[in-house]
Amino acid sequence: MNDVMGIINLSESDENIKDLTLSRSIASIMVLGRYRVVDFILSNMTNSGLTNVGIFTHGNSRSLTNHLGSGKHWGLDRKRDGLFIFHPEHRLDDNIRRTGDLENFKANLDYLKNSNQEYVLLSRSYMICNIDYRPFVDYHKKTGADITIAYKNMENSVRRFVECDSLTLDDDKNIVSIGKNLGKKRHYDISMEMYVMKRELFIKIIEESVHRGDARFMKEAIFNRMEDLNVNAYQFDGYLSCVNTLQNYYQTNMDLLNVANSRELFYKNGRIFTKVLDSPSTQYTDNSYVSNSLVANGCIIEGTVENCIICRDVHVKKGAIVRNSIVFPNAVISETTNLNYTILDKNVVITERKMLFGDSGSPFVIKKNTVL
Amino acid sequence: MKKEIIAMILAGGQGSRLREITETVAKPAVSFAGKYRIIDFALSNCSNSNIDTVGILTQYQPLALNAHVGIGSSWDLDRQYGGVKILPPYVSKDGGRFYKGTANAIYENINYIESYAPEYVLMLSGDHIYKMDYMKMLDDHKAKKSDVTIAVLEVPWEETNRFGILNTRDDDRIYEFDEKPENAKSNLASMGIYIFNWSVLKKYLVNDENDPESKNDFGKNIIPKILEDNLDMFAYRFRGYWKDVGTVESLWEANMDLIKLGADFDLHDKKWRAYSVNPISPPQFISPYGMIESSLINEGCIIEGNVKKSVLSPDVYVGIGSHIEESVIMPNVTIEDDVKIYRTIVINDLNIPKGSVIGDPNSKEITVYAGENTSE
Repeated sequence: MNDVMGIINLSESDENIKDLTLSRSIASIMVLGRYRVVDFILSNMTNSGLTNVGIFTHGNSRSLTNHLGSGKHWGLDRKRDGLFIFHPEHRLDDNIRRTGDLENFKANLDYLKNSNQEYVLLSRSYMICNIDYRPFVDYHKKTGADITIAYKNMENSVRRFVECDSLTLDDDKNIVSIGKNLGKKRHYDISMEMYVMKRELFIKIIEESVHRGDARFMKEAIFNRMEDLNVNAYQFDGYLSCVNTLQNYYQTNMDLLNVANSRELFYKNGRIFTKVLDSPSTQYTDNSYVSNSLVANGCIIEGTVENCIICRDVHVKKGAIVRNSIVFPNAVISETTNLNYTILDKNVVITERKMLFGDSGSPFVIKKNTVL
Repeated sequence: MKKEIIAMILAGGQGSRLREITETVAKPAVSFAGKYRIIDFALSNCSNSNIDTVGILTQYQPLALNAHVGIGSSWDLDRQYGGVKILPPYVSKDGGRFYKGTANAIYENINYIESYAPEYVLMLSGDHIYKMDYMKMLDDHKAKKSDVTIAVLEVPWEETNRFGILNTRDDDRIYEFDEKPENAKSNLASMGIYIFNWSVLKKYLVNDENDPESKNDFGKNIIPKILEDNLDMFAYRFRGYWKDVGTVESLWEANMDLIKLGADFDLHDKKWRAYSVNPISPPQFISPYGMIESSLINEGCIIEGNVKKSVLSPDVYVGIGSHIEESVIMPNVTIEDDVKIYRTIVINDLNIPKGSVIGDPNSKEITVYAGENTSE
């Protein structure tokens, strides 16, 4: 895979997951106990042998850049190639044109032009899966398509992948059109928003779109050219989820309480790398009761935890009951509290004698740093 | 370029009293408290004390230790200048051989130390569990204008016969050294942590090497010689948790010490983190069949059975119907269904077949389980 470079485009719509993106981008939301969303795509790329990865950021990226560092946790601190991070430039003279991600690509065309790889793998961060890109790229080369998009065929999965792109394919898997999934259909083909194309074509699409002014977003630019290009689809069969909405985010976390899902997602084509924090062992006491939960290191569990995802360094005190919830790092849940269907953001403190109940369809989110 | 102080960690100990545990790894590389190896504590103390140049003297079964230390990045000791260096015995034109003793190990690496032209050399052991700010000890050393400072711990009087005891005057000046005395005059035990003025140490190392009678050992030769010559040697009193985990029983006990909430040795302290090589594993999963009570559990574990008063290292699987009590499980062990384990230390990378019963809940003895290599 020396001939493929990875591009991660983070201009992902956070309209429906805003409670969790007040101080971060989707890519750096905590997920599945010890990860950030971006860890999955980065690990997939490096596990597939990619060594040149460019991340084009969007919005508040303080938390993301802190997480990524030099890229060493993903083996991307390299002399040749490695990890590159590009933030959108903000200039006052033409603010209007700069709302889309295309400007960020244009501003950093030198990076794309100076890279040596023949192909580009363009992706988002919010698709959670463990995919080997090698057969995907081989498929692209074999079919001779201009662009190949990875997709998953969903059977009987109502209300999943809401707001994601849905594909309409012909018998040869050529993409006829791309629409939006409203969550009402039982059977559909969902786009994983992972595209393989020649680097030259990628650069050409950027330059032409800027020249014509007919697109502000990369996705728009590609869709505008669907008619002129041969666009094919590559079928992925593994576990897939998307964290584009709060409901999808909640469901993704709960999916991983299923051992079959977690064996696949955490191990199948290589492990998922993340920034290491040297948290000590998680401590359970003689009062703790924990069932069907994923618990990260560094926690102290003295209470009851059921069907939960508990991130690092969380303290659940004696007599606290936490069910069906996702708890971000450093949270403190005090004595005699009862939480059900909640998401506690980072550093949240729940003081004694509190009851918080959400619903599986809309979990109750407590914002970062809240003391309740 | 000059360094004010560099650390030398003695990590060559065979640790034969740890039985099968040290069959294939050196004692400093033995896993402890779930996710650490014993040497992590000395290395983390160096890193947290801002000592950025550390030589590790290895000898016995160094493979796991070398792999663990790597270039030192886990402790922020991958430095442009300084950093961590593994110093094994080497072959010179006079032939190759093992280090003859602790003093000889340092003597053989005089060139390494001289390349940093240090004012002081901190001598550490890779076998001890404790948290200590070496810079405070150095301040004390400088304030007293010492030639040698030895860190000491007040131990219970009835245990003095297990330690090297230092007899001191009122100002903590050391005048005598008693190895495991029957009738101790003091209860200050040496922690095996020394700060030397390098110019002084170097002189004594060279003289010691030229003495054919010498055993080339710090405790037996160098320290008594310095005492004989009446140099300024002071004790530095340390308060806090310190443990030498030299035997199976003490290793098991030190692990059990940590299970209690609010243990004397706080690993949750973010200001003084113990660093280690972190496993690339998902969070621990406790299945609907799993039960955990008073235990320490790590990344990558899947718990489908009962775990009580135990320490589980990363990547341990506990099958349905299994029961683990008062035990320490080292990394990457698969415990199949219906297994019973009591008061046992299970060595890493083993598979324990269905229905096995290991250890005895009523015995005072601690079992070491090493698979087929287990001795009874």
